[in-house]
Amino acid sequence: MSATVPGPAKDMTAAVALGRRRMRVNTIVKVCCVTATAIGLILLASILFTLLVRGVGGLSLTVFTTSTLPPGSNGGLLNAIVGTLIQTVLGAAIGTPIGLMVGTYLAEYARDSALGNTVRFVSDILLSAPSILIGLFVYQLVVSPFGGFSGIAGCLALALIVIPIVVRTTEDMLTLIPSTLREAVIGLGAPKWKMIVLVCYRVARQGILTGILLAVARISGETAPLLFTSLGNLNWSLNLSKPMASLPVTIYQYAGSAFQDWVQLAWTGALLITAAVLAVNIAVRALLRGGK
Amino acid sequence: MSATMDQGHSFGGVQARAPIATDTTKISIENLDFFYNDRRALKNVGLLLPDRQVTGIIGPSGCGKSTLLRVLNRMYDLYPGQRATGRVMMEGENIISPDVDLNSLRARIGMVFQKPTPFPMTIYENIAFGVKLHEKLSKPRMDERVEWSLNRGALWGEVKDRLHTSAMGLSGGQQQRLCIARTIAVRPEVILLDEPTSALDPISTLKIEELIDELKNDFTIAIVTHNMQQAARCADQVAFFYLGEMVEVAPAAQLFTAPREKRTQDYVTGRFG
Repeated sequence: MSATVPGPAKDMTAAVALGRRRMRVNTIVKVCCVTATAIGLILLASILFTLLVRGVGGLSLTVFTTSTLPPGSNGGLLNAIVGTLIQTVLGAAIGTPIGLMVGTYLAEYARDSALGNTVRFVSDILLSAPSILIGLFVYQLVVSPFGGFSGIAGCLALALIVIPIVVRTTEDMLTLIPSTLREAVIGLGAPKWKMIVLVCYRVARQGILTGILLAVARISGETAPLLFTSLGNLNWSLNLSKPMASLPVTIYQYAGSAFQDWVQLAWTGALLITAAVLAVNIAVRALLRGGK
Repeated sequence: MSATMDQGHSFGGVQARAPIATDTTKISIENLDFFYNDRRALKNVGLLLPDRQVTGIIGPSGCGKSTLLRVLNRMYDLYPGQRATGRVMMEGENIISPDVDLNSLRARIGMVFQKPTPFPMTIYENIAFGVKLHEKLSKPRMDERVEWSLNRGALWGEVKDRLHTSAMGLSGGQQQRLCIARTIAVRPEVILLDEPTSALDPISTLKIEELIDELKNDFTIAIVTHNMQQAARCADQVAFFYLGEMVEVAPAAQLFTAPREKRTQDYVTGRFG
């Protein structure tokens, strides 16, 4: 057999042994991977299960129609839900355009420049900065000089969290666009800004949108940056210059309380946030699939 | 070796370096040098592109063929560190001078790339995109222009019933003809084709070659190709580039059958490259 193959003779026993070794290593790696996956999934499932079991019990119309009330008075979460909606939407509305433009600057105008690299580095640090620091930063900058906690300070803190997320996804998505497509647009005599707005954004639309929605999901559950900014409010208030309630802060306050009905509301609030984040994530996936 | 050749230029080095433009010359390239940072990619190139003729540009990979096209519509301006020196004259204007309006230059000198580059929009919008950059047309006039361009691009018959569907759904060959139609729609004077068929199957290639033959009635065309049969089929004159030098330019038949230069002969007979 080996006579027909040119070159040195093949040691079949060594080949077979190597083959057996490959199979063994393969089995070990597979078992490790499956175990790790199982651990992750079990933990996640147990969190969701506990949340569902404890949270569903407190779900009722009152949760959505009544504001937070003193213990034992059958209060709801209306002010916290509305507060979270307002602060999340405003935070995203402030942070998204800034993030989008910075990401565009990094990808289209400053790809290899020293300034671009610095901005990218700082943005990445901001991305992983502890969110409590962002809360303290806004406290120093807005809350302290302007005389008190306010909804708008909460929005700004959340916007600061949105910016680096949107910067990163926008830059990544724009960088993925092949240079031939850019050259084709430029080759028709288009100015650079038209290339970016009319073609690049269109190509990168889904990825950029995903980044924005992920940022929304992230800030809708943030507690730490709100503690020092919008503080929380036990009463119904839509005034952005006054302290404003939010679901995460209410959960934080209620979960540690000694009152059974407050603890129950905290579970329900946690369930609501999780469901909302899940809905946003599903929406992202649907969008991604719809475009393909 | 290269030293003797540089000195040699026995085939009329003067003519190659600074060719004498005539009335039928559309673009006259004179003493053109091109640099990627410090690397000199084009060396003292001289070449005339005759009006409404096809100039084929051949040569081994890295010889500067595509670089030459990228000079002609100033694509290199997108990248810092790339620069050209010398003269590229079109109708009395040096198009590599820094004060040329690049957007209107690119409207006069269109380019089609190796890989089809449809924009992520409908077929109609793909064509209208370039037109809108330079002209304000009413809806019916724009419809006319789109039909005219797609006709010239030999694509109208295949897409007229789905103008408002995404261009990404077209086949590779159709996408490439769409890109040609999109370039034509801006009504350029010169069309640069950078290996336009290297990503296409033989039938699509044939269609594009027929199209080129048709288009040269109205446009001056420069086509870079790796395929010497294609150059022989499409081009009126062929220029052979080697290591950044324009070695020889001659009518297609002559360059392939009776080249003056040894290097040209070696290349066209497949001895290197």
